[in-house]
Amino acid sequence: MRREGSALAGAGVVMMKELADNLSSARMRLLEVLVFVAGAGAVYATIGEVRNIVSEDPFVFLRIFTTAKAPLPSFVAFLGFLIPIVAIALGFDAVNSEFNRRTMSRLLAQPIYRDAMLFGKFLAGLATLAIMLTALWLFVIGLGVLLLGLPPSGEEVARAFVFLVIAVAYGGVWLALALLFSVAFRSAATAALAALSVWLLFAFFWSMLVSLAAPLIAPVDPDDVFSALHNANVVEGLSRLSPNTLFAETALAVLDPSIRALGAILSSQLEGAVKSPLPFIQSLALIWPQVTGLIACFLGLFTIAYIAFQRQEVRA
Amino acid sequence: MSAPVIQAEALTKRYGAALAVDNLNLTIDEGEVFGLLGPNGAGKTTTILMLLGLTEPSSGRATVAGFDPLRQPLEVKRRVGYMPDSVGFYDHLSGLANLRYTAALCGLKNVEADKRIAASLARVRLTDAAAKPVHGYSRGMRQRLAIAEILMKGASIAILDEPTGGLDPQSTREFLDLIRSLKHEGMTILLSSHLLELVQSVCDRVALFNRGRIGLEGRVDDLMRSVLGGSHVIRVEAQGADLKRVIEGAAGVAHVTETAEGFTIEAAEDVRAAVARAIIEAGGALTRLEAGHASIEDVYTRYFEGARDAA
Ligand SMILES: Nc1ncnc2c1ncn2[C@@H]1O[C@H](COP(=O)(O)OP(=O)(O)OP(=O)(O)O)[C@@H](O)[C@H]1O
Ligand SMILES: [Mg+2]
Repeated sequence: MRREGSALAGAGVVMMKELADNLSSARMRLLEVLVFVAGAGAVYATIGEVRNIVSEDPFVFLRIFTTAKAPLPSFVAFLGFLIPIVAIALGFDAVNSEFNRRTMSRLLAQPIYRDAMLFGKFLAGLATLAIMLTALWLFVIGLGVLLLGLPPSGEEVARAFVFLVIAVAYGGVWLALALLFSVAFRSAATAALAALSVWLLFAFFWSMLVSLAAPLIAPVDPDDVFSALHNANVVEGLSRLSPNTLFAETALAVLDPSIRALGAILSSQLEGAVKSPLPFIQSLALIWPQVTGLIACFLGLFTIAYIAFQRQEVRA
Repeated sequence: MSAPVIQAEALTKRYGAALAVDNLNLTIDEGEVFGLLGPNGAGKTTTILMLLGLTEPSSGRATVAGFDPLRQPLEVKRRVGYMPDSVGFYDHLSGLANLRYTAALCGLKNVEADKRIAASLARVRLTDAAAKPVHGYSRGMRQRLAIAEILMKGASIAILDEPTGGLDPQSTREFLDLIRSLKHEGMTILLSSHLLELVQSVCDRVALFNRGRIGLEGRVDDLMRSVLGGSHVIRVEAQGADLKRVIEGAAGVAHVTETAEGFTIEAAEDVRAAVARAIIEAGGALTRLEAGHASIEDVYTRYFEGARDAA
């Protein structure tokens, strides 16, 4: 059935209100502290390592993001963990809280479509995430300049910026998941728990599951090189079903120009390849499939949330 | 009275096999106060949600202010103010901020919005509390805030679902005065309730609802005449054996209903003398006998008693 009027009328209003709520909530304060402390810790720990290679590496500044100093993981790995948590915290009660506060039917009786509400809430979450990550990004770059005593080059800034955009997109995937659960479960606690379970699955158990499943799907025959190759491909394919893997691969490829290919490669493929950094534009081409994967993941989740929300009874 | 403002034709809503609203026909004219009356689960809320385009009917159609709530929901929602049966606000925000949000959703510009908000808050006597967060509001204040929202919106139609649910008698009275003054200004009001006095005192017309169907519809006094058969109602308190049959046997008695206190008698004329005689002759002890006004409660009890018997 055709409806009249813009589906997005009011989305901006919803977004501004939700953004104000997000930015002033105690929940966000806590997360900001957590993320800044973790980020600063990771960067501070790596700076000693990075200092040692200042003279050898033309992209030394980007090393701040990718170098890990045991026992702390690298800044990128930290974000891989923390962004989903922040996104889940922003989205798990987005829709169900309107039901629980009994504001849903009053809001939907105003001249807006449900679409506006869902888009507004999603965009507010994404904007909050973007603000937080940008602040963190500037903070880390500032810290790098201060501690290393040298400014990043133009290309380094460009690469770091692409990384920032990817980090926000990665957050968008988890935000869409949290939003979906906030539509699916009336209880906010259930929605949060469900979203955190998915996060736990991908953050900790996915690689174990993959290493269990891969030999079953593609057994390795010690006498057959191709079976090993096949196995490696299966492992790669399965692990790329996880948004965390996609994010980690993209982040590394864009921040480390020495990475010329992602995933398993035969040494014959590298024969004759010069051992020089990959130009920026080719790094972008390299990560493009992964970025598309993240976008597809987001679109899928958001569409399901959208359809589920459209069919939902307004009555609490 | 001009063209109907709210119209429902064969409106039906099914939840699985259950019929929540069954083939409903309804016409409400401009400036009317219309009451939907019925017990829990009768289908009042479902009807209201279909009129607002918030629930899709299984079949049939509705027209509100000349628009189809399914195809042109924004036009409908621009003209209708809705107060849900359990109205909620953002607790951490002030009453004022809550209304500002609604105003923005309605597309009002800041200056205009603030002017209308101030006027509507004053009208429901919430000006002093406007800056306080809603979590400190009483039930009655929330209800008034919801009315302020409808006023601020400039709606020409108000749909109120159980508007006095949980209000004390004092707040209910104030609320009724407010409804009357809105009616006076030409607003069309549809309200649902199971509170009978409420409906009787403010509604021009009512529809008695049961199991998704309108059983009876009409002006309050017409309903009383048609259901009760006569306008005389007599209330009796007495002790004795098989009194109901005894009273029924008295001359002129049309109907007897047993209540908690005694009996309610309906009759075409004043039959108090005949009833008293019948009770005493049957050896009963008469403790109270008085002529009462017929109220819609009697209609309601009679009607739903009949509906239960039929089921
Ligand atoms: N989402 C739903 N799924 C299944 N049945 C429903 C749903 N919503 C309502 N119903 C049923 O529809 C019928 C009508 O409900 P409705 O809420 O319209 O009644 P009501 O007259 O508003 O009652 P109340 O006075 O309790 O508010 C009820 O029998 C209810 O069980
Ligand atoms: Mg109801």
